[in-house]
Amino acid sequence: MSDIYSEIILDHYKHPHNRGHIKHDTHKAEEDNPLCGDNIKIYIKVSDKKIIEDISFEGEGCAISQASASMLTEFLKGKPVAQAKKITPEQIYNLLKIEISPARSKCALLALKTIKAALS
Amino acid sequence: MPKLDPKKIKKLFPIFSKKENKNLVYLDNASTTQRPKVVIDAIKDFYETYNANIHRGIYDLSEKATKMYENTRKHTAKFINAKSSEEIIFTKNTTESINLLAYTLSEKILKKGDKIIVTSLEHHANFVPWQTMASKKGFTLLVVPVTDDYTLDMKEFEKLIKEPNVKLVCISAMSNVTGTIPDLKKIIKRAHEVGALVMVDGAQSIAHEHTDVQRMNPDFFVFSSHKMFGPFGVGVLYGKKELLDALPPFLYGGDMIKSVKETCTLFSDTPWKFEAGTPSVADVVAFDKAMTFIEKLGIESIKKYEMSLAKKAVEMLKKHKQVKIIKPKNLKESGPVISFVIEEIHPHDIAEVFSKEGVAIRAGHHCNQPLMSRLGIPATARISFSIYNTEDDIKRTDIALKKLFKIFQK
Repeated sequence: MSDIYSEIILDHYKHPHNRGHIKHDTHKAEEDNPLCGDNIKIYIKVSDKKIIEDISFEGEGCAISQASASMLTEFLKGKPVAQAKKITPEQIYNLLKIEISPARSKCALLALKTIKAALS
Repeated sequence: MPKLDPKKIKKLFPIFSKKENKNLVYLDNASTTQRPKVVIDAIKDFYETYNANIHRGIYDLSEKATKMYENTRKHTAKFINAKSSEEIIFTKNTTESINLLAYTLSEKILKKGDKIIVTSLEHHANFVPWQTMASKKGFTLLVVPVTDDYTLDMKEFEKLIKEPNVKLVCISAMSNVTGTIPDLKKIIKRAHEVGALVMVDGAQSIAHEHTDVQRMNPDFFVFSSHKMFGPFGVGVLYGKKELLDALPPFLYGGDMIKSVKETCTLFSDTPWKFEAGTPSVADVVAFDKAMTFIEKLGIESIKKYEMSLAKKAVEMLKKHKQVKIIKPKNLKESGPVISFVIEEIHPHDIAEVFSKEGVAIRAGHHCNQPLMSRLGIPATARISFSIYNTEDDIKRTDIALKKLFKIFQK
């Protein structure tokens, strides 16, 4: 059994949360992982109080990049923008609960990179 | 044609007998091959017995090293049937060979408004230098597309070659993604008819196809040692002597000069004027052994064996309905490289699961993003064979595929 393809990862990959384009987004960004062709678009609706009211993603890519986007958007919904901006790679790895090899770290971190770009 | 014994051949490659690699199925040969012991030993032997700089010393050791280096040049000329060893330039890899040409042709031969034809099959190494030079110098880059069967669209080529001012055609002898072998004879003939020069990228073909530059008749032919069992760090640029003579040097410095005065420098003759600085001598010397290794096995025997594996691998892949093969249907139009995609499973995930099963394949865009976008896919998984691969490797790939489906279809 490949550790990296845990049930949670595969579940988020096959049945992604927050997939699509939310209405009334205030922030958006798109990033690619040029090595493997992963692509993520992020849409965020930020409230006046700087809270992430809604967030969604579109894109294509490997199980890790897509599951990471699904899990991270789920995690960030309702959280302050300031908190989202401070998320570290380690937090993503903890969220995914799998061991990420150096070769796959770019896949795992693509959603975070895109969210930070959208909020910057 | 002697029949190859893959099990015996595999034993000539030390990497497969290391306990760390006990289960290794190496199917990334289009990226780089493994090295036989004779090549590895030659590097060690050079450093232990002959190490000195070349083209400089009057002492015996340097003369020996120089002789070994220059003998490899002669051997390389013979290996590709060049007219003379002066048509062989050593570089660090195929990419550097192509850049050497891109810079020097742009300086001396190509002019603003000229057109360069490349194809969708090109590796970035044979695409980006020309695209960059085109934008710097005002050339136009024309791209020959591929057909639905992943062969070169020759109708489109014929249209493009008829455009005015086509001065250069840069084309791969074998695609590193689909294995496609274009009809070089026809392409080179047509290019010459319109007065264009032809540069052939032989990086992928060199270890699998017989190369005879006099018969093929390209103006330039480039390849790398590391894709043909030789060391990293050695590339080759073959060019017709009169063309190389007409081109300016690429890199300037030591070892490429006849005389230097405070006011001017007189450069060496071809090929030495293109080899500035100390080359990777030990690696060039060991590359000699890699060519001998291929010659002993016989390139035709190698090709026959590898293509028999490719055929079996295609048959195995076809049994899995989810797999889409990205390769010309007629295997004779391609080499032992097989790309494939699986709906809803990204190539990186394929390669990751394969890796856990000990099967090393390549996944990604293979340094050919223009082709990927033409095919409408972000990436492929790729299997590529060499002489030490066996039918057992195909069985192991089959097992890895079954495992992949098990994981992703839960």
